[in-house]
Amino acid sequence: MTTPNTASRRSLGEWWSNLSRPQQWLVLIPVVALVYALPVLNPPIISTEPGFDFQIAMFEVARYALVAIGLNVVVGQAGLLDLGYIGFFAIGAYVAALFTSPDSPLQKLPFLAVIPLAMAITMVFGVILGTPTLRLRGDYLAIVTLGFGEIVRLIADNVDPLRGQSGFQGVGHPPGTNADGSALFNNTDGTPWYWLTVTVIILVLFLVGNLERSRVGRAWIAIRDDEDAASIMGVNTFKFKIWAFVIGAAIGGLSGALYAGQIGFVNNQKFDVVTSMLFLAAVILGGSGNKVGVILGAVVVAYVPLRFLVIAEYKFLIFGLALIVLMIFRPQGLLGARQRLLTYGRLAYQRLLGKGEQVSSDTALVVEKNGGAS
Amino acid sequence: MSINHALPLFLAQEDSWIKFDLGALGDQFWTSTVEGLSQGSIYALVALGYTLVYGVLKLINFAHSEVFIYGAYATWFVFYGLGFRPGATPDLPVMELIGFLLLALVAAMAVSGGTAVALERVAYRPLRKKGAPRLVFLITAIGASFVLQQLIFIWRGGNAEQAIRLLRPQEVFELFGASVTNITIIIVLASILMMVGIDMFVNRSRLGRGIRAVAQDPDTATLMGVNKERVIVITFLIGGLLAGAAALLYMMKNPQGASYQGGFLLGIKAFTAAVLGGIGNLRGALLGGLLLGLAENYGQSLFGGEWRDVVAFVLLVLILMFRPTGILGESLGKARV
Repeated sequence: MTTPNTASRRSLGEWWSNLSRPQQWLVLIPVVALVYALPVLNPPIISTEPGFDFQIAMFEVARYALVAIGLNVVVGQAGLLDLGYIGFFAIGAYVAALFTSPDSPLQKLPFLAVIPLAMAITMVFGVILGTPTLRLRGDYLAIVTLGFGEIVRLIADNVDPLRGQSGFQGVGHPPGTNADGSALFNNTDGTPWYWLTVTVIILVLFLVGNLERSRVGRAWIAIRDDEDAASIMGVNTFKFKIWAFVIGAAIGGLSGALYAGQIGFVNNQKFDVVTSMLFLAAVILGGSGNKVGVILGAVVVAYVPLRFLVIAEYKFLIFGLALIVLMIFRPQGLLGARQRLLTYGRLAYQRLLGKGEQVSSDTALVVEKNGGAS
Repeated sequence: MSINHALPLFLAQEDSWIKFDLGALGDQFWTSTVEGLSQGSIYALVALGYTLVYGVLKLINFAHSEVFIYGAYATWFVFYGLGFRPGATPDLPVMELIGFLLLALVAAMAVSGGTAVALERVAYRPLRKKGAPRLVFLITAIGASFVLQQLIFIWRGGNAEQAIRLLRPQEVFELFGASVTNITIIIVLASILMMVGIDMFVNRSRLGRGIRAVAQDPDTATLMGVNKERVIVITFLIGGLLAGAAALLYMMKNPQGASYQGGFLLGIKAFTAAVLGGIGNLRGALLGGLLLGLAENYGQSLFGGEWRDVVAFVLLVLILMFRPTGILGESLGKARV
């Protein structure tokens, strides 16, 4: 890739890689502070108002970012194309509803206790769905996950205790009250929800980043790039694929629970395949395998239709076209994956050569240089 | 007849959310069978499109369901253009009726075939030129499916077009108490004829040999003088033509008419049918389609109508888990001995 755009990005990436950890923190802290301040600042051009409440819009963006980070673990890191991610999201939302809504006959729990519970339950489902199907590859895995997503939706449609279209009202929310005694986390004010979600995103990024740099992450990259080779080299591909599936599922469940809490209402209408494809579009557009990329992709997918309400009707058309065009011209997405196969590669490079290592932007989606003559 | 008393309490409760009614299955067995066969024939025709493209390109053409639904809209517009409106079925002389149906068939096949070829040209050929990996094809197919679906949505809105019927369902004969209508007979016969035709075409004709050659080994086939690009276009065209024919049959049978999302479910089921029989295997598509149609209808009588789609999806998952290459295995590329 020698386009000027890529070149500048690479040099930016290199510049970033060459900074020491404390220096990186110095750059990051103001950025994070700005991100936190966004709903309060409500900057004129960025603002989605008057068409759409800006604080709620920011929460939507943050929610998509969290989903994209979770899906990225499965699709971007481990290279397992999952078309049924909405299923985990739905399970998270339903767990939150079942344990907090007055419409549910189950024991009520505080919302903050429900969040880990939702994650735990989706993880169990991740294992249940993952174990039998992960022997499948590529297209077949994609179709089976699509099938699972649909099964979850159809069960929500048809199982009476899940209340179908009438759904669950009054899903719980985290504790806390405003000065006037009203609930801090309510359905009309997006700001506290946004702050909560951004905090969760930062925590999840720490977790996922550490996993990525660990043995697990290297195994994922190996599986993504060549499963057979990885298996021959002694990577327990099955185990690590399950890992990816389970962690992705947990993050999906978490975002589902947050979503249910903010909306305050869960029914069967919000978990269709089309939304699942939108999640996937966020990951692929941004650049699967690259955390910053998928966040960018999520921001694009969630923010653009809310900011430009005239095009909201056409969002699926636009993202469909974007997927086709992107796959033809830039299959690695807006920002390609950066991989460091050696955990301490950067340090070693700096000591040896006095400069940052060359980061590659190869992903499972980019054609191999030698192959592919048609 | 009910066996409720024999089942554990949680299944036997009147208000239990999943019914398990062997009695209903027994009562409706032949009705389900007839219904399953006619539905299965339509699945089989659409499944052929998946199977052919998969056999040649190793690509699950996600957008094939939209190719199908475009045919359904073409049928609807032909009927509408001829002056028919949703509602009562008109009384037409037989020759006129056949003429109109043939006209709709030609239109549906032309539109679906054209859509499939255009799709190949716009979305897949550029990727092939670049030698993109398979995952890229799949994502493009998803994108293309979105685009085709949304184009219809923007044009015609979210509501389904009310079905326009030219042929009134009439019972022709009874099969063990299940009535077999003229529509069922037309659907099953037409599908089987077309399947046989395609099977002959692929196995006997020169072009068919080209298709099999590319499916088996694209590079060697090219070396042997097969025009790979042409074979691929023809494969898409045939798949599209069959989807168009299936669309007409679907519109004759389906009371809901055509909707922009209607292709998705049918597409997934047709894909399930293709996988069931062995994707890449023409005869497998027929077998898979009929089996899926039957399984769905038996499942519907057994568990209740709302579980019918679940049965199809669960079947898909189970087949892929235990027999990823389907009942007959992948075989479009196998040399005939």
